[in-house]
Amino acid sequence: MELELLGISTWRWDFDGWIVAAGILCAVAAALLGNFLVLRRMSMLGDAISHAVLPGLAAAFIYTSSRNSLPMFLGAAAVGILTAFFTEWIRGVGKVDEGASMGVVFTSLFALGLVMIVQAADHVDLDPDCVLYGSPEYTPMNTVFLAGWEVPISVITLGIVATVNAAFVIFFYKELKFSSFDPSLSTTTGFSATLMHYMLVVLVAVTAVASFESVGNILVVAMFVVPPATAYLLTDRLAVMILLSLVLACVSAVLGHLGAIAVPRWFGFASSLPTAGMMAVSTGLIFSLTVAFSPKQGVLVKFVRRRILAWSTLADDIVGVLYRREERSKDSRATREILRSLLLADAFSLRMVLRWLRFRGELIRHGERYELTQQGRARAQDLVRSHRLWEQYLVSQAGLDEDRIHDKAEKWEHVTDLELRRRLRDETNAPRIDPHGTPIPDERAEAE
Amino acid sequence: MASPSQPSTEVAIPGGDSVPLSVYDLTVAYHRKPVIWDIGFDVPAGSLVGIVGPNGAGKSTLLKAVMDLIPRASGRVRVFGKPYRENRHRVGYVPQRESVDWDFPVDALDVVTMGLYGKIGWLRPVGKQHRDAAMEALERVGIAELAHRQISQLSGGQQQRAFLARALVQDADLYLMDEPFAAVDAATEKAIVDILREMKSRGKTAIVIHHDLQTVPEYFDHAVLLNMRIVAHGPMDEVFTQENLQKTYGGRLTLLEEVSEAMRRRERSL
Repeated sequence: MELELLGISTWRWDFDGWIVAAGILCAVAAALLGNFLVLRRMSMLGDAISHAVLPGLAAAFIYTSSRNSLPMFLGAAAVGILTAFFTEWIRGVGKVDEGASMGVVFTSLFALGLVMIVQAADHVDLDPDCVLYGSPEYTPMNTVFLAGWEVPISVITLGIVATVNAAFVIFFYKELKFSSFDPSLSTTTGFSATLMHYMLVVLVAVTAVASFESVGNILVVAMFVVPPATAYLLTDRLAVMILLSLVLACVSAVLGHLGAIAVPRWFGFASSLPTAGMMAVSTGLIFSLTVAFSPKQGVLVKFVRRRILAWSTLADDIVGVLYRREERSKDSRATREILRSLLLADAFSLRMVLRWLRFRGELIRHGERYELTQQGRARAQDLVRSHRLWEQYLVSQAGLDEDRIHDKAEKWEHVTDLELRRRLRDETNAPRIDPHGTPIPDERAEAE
Repeated sequence: MASPSQPSTEVAIPGGDSVPLSVYDLTVAYHRKPVIWDIGFDVPAGSLVGIVGPNGAGKSTLLKAVMDLIPRASGRVRVFGKPYRENRHRVGYVPQRESVDWDFPVDALDVVTMGLYGKIGWLRPVGKQHRDAAMEALERVGIAELAHRQISQLSGGQQQRAFLARALVQDADLYLMDEPFAAVDAATEKAIVDILREMKSRGKTAIVIHHDLQTVPEYFDHAVLLNMRIVAHGPMDEVFTQENLQKTYGGRLTLLEEVSEAMRRRERSL
């Protein structure tokens, strides 16, 4: 099959399929809640809670001597609430900011949990490394029969948690939106922001526990935060942001496992990488790509847009300079060197823009020298007229000194259209000359 | 009923259900340091009340304490004769504009619709009739054409109008507004004043924190002069005097601050 192309010859649906399924469910469950963590500016609380649930987990292990899920969830949820509560409490009592109090709470609880897990590992079949870093590779080994299918337990658990989280976000969509956007009005209207906060916290804790086998309870933070943060860059509608974050979460999970198998082969190693780690790396990569290429705020798009703007301004300036030379003398042509020294443009930009202006038929080249065509002259006439009307306006209407008007007019001439020029003309009583005494060109649109 | 300096005993009568807001002996403290002290006043129905006072006088704190957003050290608040919780559906609140994240992925219509969430209730979805009502409110404040714009793309004045529209759809009887006039353009300021007057003509009551002393007598008919305690409250022409303003703005309550500082010092030395 096609997967062979990636160098994945060992793919088995009853093995790798389940790993990917667990990864997807885990990523989706976390991303659902993560949207609201990101929007409430409490992404770090997700981090804190997923670390702090450790003592809850360990207590459940020790108490039940098994990896039974229910006591684990109860323990984790309790510790999750305690984390949120302690964080608030220490912030109030200790007068430190939220970040610091979170740091105190979650490191203490995390350390306590570690100590307990190492203890418990002597009695229970439990590996501290698996809890921390996840071991999705073991997913397919622990199965039950469900409706005739042999299904891994962790897939069932994650499926339930993902369903619960989805139901929470769907049914409480309005309340989550309100209490995240405007907590004080939400609370005074009867939707307690604190209550929503704790509901969210409990589900975050439960999700962190459910994820510990699949991605480990450290890397689940990546799933809480990165897909929603990426989606946030791509849209300004909440519902779209949530859906996008889910798609990104799924893609990361799939890429994570494929990458874990394929990437080492590309470099000639026979072993495979940890899937959990590759999932987190995938989300990180997708986020970086988004930062670079996002249509709205992307670095690349901004760069291109700035370039285009700079070049179109330069094009205006070139025709403007040539037009003014025509006004002054017969020999209006200018070499590239002259233009360059007049406009202080870099050689590359100047060459590109000159080529573009010739392509548009606004310039014509005679040997080394450039001259305006009729079309270029028309464009320049509008610009120069705009420039001088603005100067006149600034002096006569805004009362500015003559020596302070040029820079402003120079900036505004590029955005002044016919409509604006007409209003300028009317407000300045249709002047014939500008404040420096230079004639203002006629409006082409009104010639004849 | 102008009561300079100390709160008089007449406000001790708990507000009947015709009194939109009655505050008695309200004190709010933060880390044992009192923010507002012994606040007592009644607001008559159908009045436009301006709350004025210097920075740090506790104006926002007063509004928040009235709505149980922050704990009270002592005192009693009655809204139409009942505790706030029981009558909150009759209260509309316009928080300070800076109190929310304007980069939040919602549009103007979404924000206004939030004013109806209280009526819609838990777990019920927003319906078309709600969005229509929100659209109508946006029309009333003059920014209907911006309904589907993400809120960070609105100007400061337009954002404040969206907040005002959200208060309008709440259709409350008592409005509490925290500096709705802060940093808005002249047109928005006029729009807000028009809406306040129209509210008043329909028998609604509005309590508004206001910073511009010049326009206070023009916009409001009652005033509460606040500087940690009530300096004066009552009808505008009785309380908005040079002398009261001097008391409100001239110097903080230095003795109160000194005594609470002394209390903290003693605690630390123990």
